[in-house]
Amino acid sequence: MKLIYELSVSGRSGVRIPVSDVPKAAPLPQSLRRAEPAALPEVAELDLVRHFTGLSRRNYSVDTNFYPLGSCTMKYNAKVMENAGSLFADSHPVLALLPGGPEKVQGPLSLIHGLEQQLAEITGMDEVTTQPLAGAHGEMTGIMVIAAYHKARGQNRRYVIVPDSSHGTNPASAAMAGYEIVTIPTAPYGDMDLDAFRAAMNDQVAAVMMTCPNTLGIFNPHIAEICEIAHQAGALVYYDGANLNAILGKVRPGDVGFDVIHVNLHKTFGTPHGGGGPGSGPVGVKSHLIPYLPTPRVVKGADGTFGVEAHPEGIGRVSDFFGNFAIMARAFAYITMLGREGLIEVSEQAVLNANYMMARLKEEYELPFDITCMHECVFSASRQLKDGVHAIDIAKYLIDRGFHPPTVYFPLNVKEAIMIEPTETESKQTMDSFIAVMLEAAEVARTRPEELHDAPVTTPVGRLDETRAARALQVCCEL
Amino acid sequence: MGYCPNTPDEIREMLAVIGVGSVEELFSAIPDKLRAKSFDLPAGLSEFELMRIMKEKAAASGQEITNFIGGGLYDHIVPAVVDHLSGRAEFYTAYTPYQPECAQGTLQALYEYQSSICRLTGMEVSNASLYDGGTALAEAALMALRITGRNSIVVDASVNPFHREVVQGYLHSLSAHSEVIAPDGCEPAMDRLMAAITDETAAVIVQNPNFFGSVTDFTELAKKAHQHGALLVVGSYPVALGLIKTPGEMGADIVVGDGQSLGNPLSFGGPYFGFITTTKQYIRNIPGRIIGETVDKLGRRGYVLTLQAREQHIKRHKATSNICSNQSLCALRGLIFMSALGKEGLSELAALNYDKSEYAKSVFSGIKGVTVANRGATFNEFTLTLARPAAEVVEKLLTQGIAAGLPLAPYYEGRDKELVVTVTEKRTKAEIERLAGLLEGAL
Repeated sequence: MKLIYELSVSGRSGVRIPVSDVPKAAPLPQSLRRAEPAALPEVAELDLVRHFTGLSRRNYSVDTNFYPLGSCTMKYNAKVMENAGSLFADSHPVLALLPGGPEKVQGPLSLIHGLEQQLAEITGMDEVTTQPLAGAHGEMTGIMVIAAYHKARGQNRRYVIVPDSSHGTNPASAAMAGYEIVTIPTAPYGDMDLDAFRAAMNDQVAAVMMTCPNTLGIFNPHIAEICEIAHQAGALVYYDGANLNAILGKVRPGDVGFDVIHVNLHKTFGTPHGGGGPGSGPVGVKSHLIPYLPTPRVVKGADGTFGVEAHPEGIGRVSDFFGNFAIMARAFAYITMLGREGLIEVSEQAVLNANYMMARLKEEYELPFDITCMHECVFSASRQLKDGVHAIDIAKYLIDRGFHPPTVYFPLNVKEAIMIEPTETESKQTMDSFIAVMLEAAEVARTRPEELHDAPVTTPVGRLDETRAARALQVCCEL
Repeated sequence: MGYCPNTPDEIREMLAVIGVGSVEELFSAIPDKLRAKSFDLPAGLSEFELMRIMKEKAAASGQEITNFIGGGLYDHIVPAVVDHLSGRAEFYTAYTPYQPECAQGTLQALYEYQSSICRLTGMEVSNASLYDGGTALAEAALMALRITGRNSIVVDASVNPFHREVVQGYLHSLSAHSEVIAPDGCEPAMDRLMAAITDETAAVIVQNPNFFGSVTDFTELAKKAHQHGALLVVGSYPVALGLIKTPGEMGADIVVGDGQSLGNPLSFGGPYFGFITTTKQYIRNIPGRIIGETVDKLGRRGYVLTLQAREQHIKRHKATSNICSNQSLCALRGLIFMSALGKEGLSELAALNYDKSEYAKSVFSGIKGVTVANRGATFNEFTLTLARPAAEVVEKLLTQGIAAGLPLAPYYEGRDKELVVTVTEKRTKAEIERLAGLLEGAL
């Protein structure tokens, strides 16, 4: 497809600007004005509509294709949540900061407070902040809270421990919060090596970051023990909520012993991923960490009204206002609409679907850890590799057959990983179609492996030359 | 009901394939002592009941108030086409484009976004978006530390205080030092900024227009920074760039800002997007996703995530940033907005903001007890000094349905009679005159 710039015709325009009802002002001094107007596209509205509609059709999405992208929880995003999220378009957040302002915005303040309470109950935490704008931003916020806690106790701990199966954001977030990283290998039983962990633990460790169930989709039976070992050494334990979709109503990280948690509203709580955001990554903490939460806090007064308060001991501001509010509104709507039983059903059906997928595929695909999984299962393409077929080849074949591929090459501790997360919103029929194509891919790998190397052939472009992209480095349409 | 489609019969079939007797058995790996101690949430609702609650909350969200407030977020027009196109589910229900062959829609759009934001800011390269204005400024500061290998930042205090607070938190975590330079009234104290730059300075951070609304040419400051091997970071307001001199023209090294004004509704604080642009030489130091152009085997043009070796999923703790999900859909809205307005449209929109604001200034400065505090030019915001504490006046006018401006006192000590007033293209002459009348009555 052409670029929007290639459709541009000098003098054409798409939108009518409001007519001025005030006199023309004396011009801004020349030295403060830009020399030329920005060379933006000049297109009519219909050009624009056809262009972006055309682009949209070049995407796979949850609404068009099964999207079992492991670790990403690509569940269906119900339409009513979109309606709910769009109700606040003209509400200015600065109103809440004006004298007398909070009484004008009781609706959104009550929603933030309500969502914080819902998330606290779901995760077993004592308080929640909705300021973080994505999962990784929540991780950084959580680790900053932990750093402030240690500092207040006169301790200057240096290390954060992460398992080697963790998301890359865990070590990256801890590094941004000022810590050095200690990585613990995975034991043969599929989770962090407990002996190596014990050996690494000392009074210089500030925190341990755990994903539970882990990125192999396995619930770590030692998780409470890990929390205990960390606490004995004065370290705190961080829960990466990326996989919370597996345990709603079954396990609450706060009950297990975790001190801090972030949740991804764009995974577990039904808000759409937007092609890479906006997400939302609220952080929950136990009572001993409440003083260190970011400022400001939404508070409920004795008279039942809501206000905004500075939080002076806290880590300061981690984003400009109250978080990605319209995303939070969708999540609040999702939790409110599903209710207690609906949320429990989410996890039960997500786990059922993943185990069904695992049971049906394990004859053809290597299953490195053959035990009951939670919401996702991780295979390896190691058998197919003998015929020269890699996980990426299977992924591309799936695209040709109308499925978005699973996550491949993650977690890093599984060779040729294929990580499948069907989510609870997919039917047995959809999974059966996917399973049939996965089995077919295994058959093609055995008999005609070269066909897989050519995939995909049905898409607007075939496999793209990533080396060339990085070398030629064309990131912007030149003038 | 969690949008779970499987029937009891299907569930039984699936359990049989798995070889377990019940769904609960699938959770048997979780010891009893780790089971949830509580899950006290109300029962679910229907769509209708849910929307009744949501509409009640929306009815109490101040959307009827006439806004003369900014604070970095602006009440601008959003053409209908922005909602409709960004509302296509093929865009909003997709994930980060890891599989480029089935994500060319998102990838090409983000490439076009990168191109447009570069043209707007007068810079050479961009990433595919950051979270918001404050975190973008923080990322710019960290980027400057990486590029220069230095540990100290000079910050003009007329940069948005919300953004400065975010920067402060990020720098504090890394034990980096920042020196905040007090403004000279409503203008940056250029002499003090110049004097603060040393051979230890990684970057000097300014904003244009600044928090008080003043528009400044930072060309000389850029030269001074470069003489000391420091970078100039400029916080920008995209709609203003339809009219004012670009950071690129001034010699800036990194440009950041909040993209809210480009087609993203206020929505009580988000989602918006942060942008960051720089020069080609610093592209490997940019945080976050970058989209690059390439070809497939048949020579067909396509787009991919590129320079991924900077990112957390490859480099882990050595990544340029921890950012993973960004604000892709909001950047898409920004692109559609910029394309809908186009070259002339954005200039016209900016000029209209300027004209309305100049008109408001002239009306307000005719009121006894009100003076315009900015000495030089402004864009669509300006600072008024009132004869009474600004907070009292704002509180009083709010009861009459008008948000008169943002009092400076909470953010700038001792400036309790000052008020930043914002006048966008959406404010009518009648609304401006109504505010003038109410101001007069309140003083």
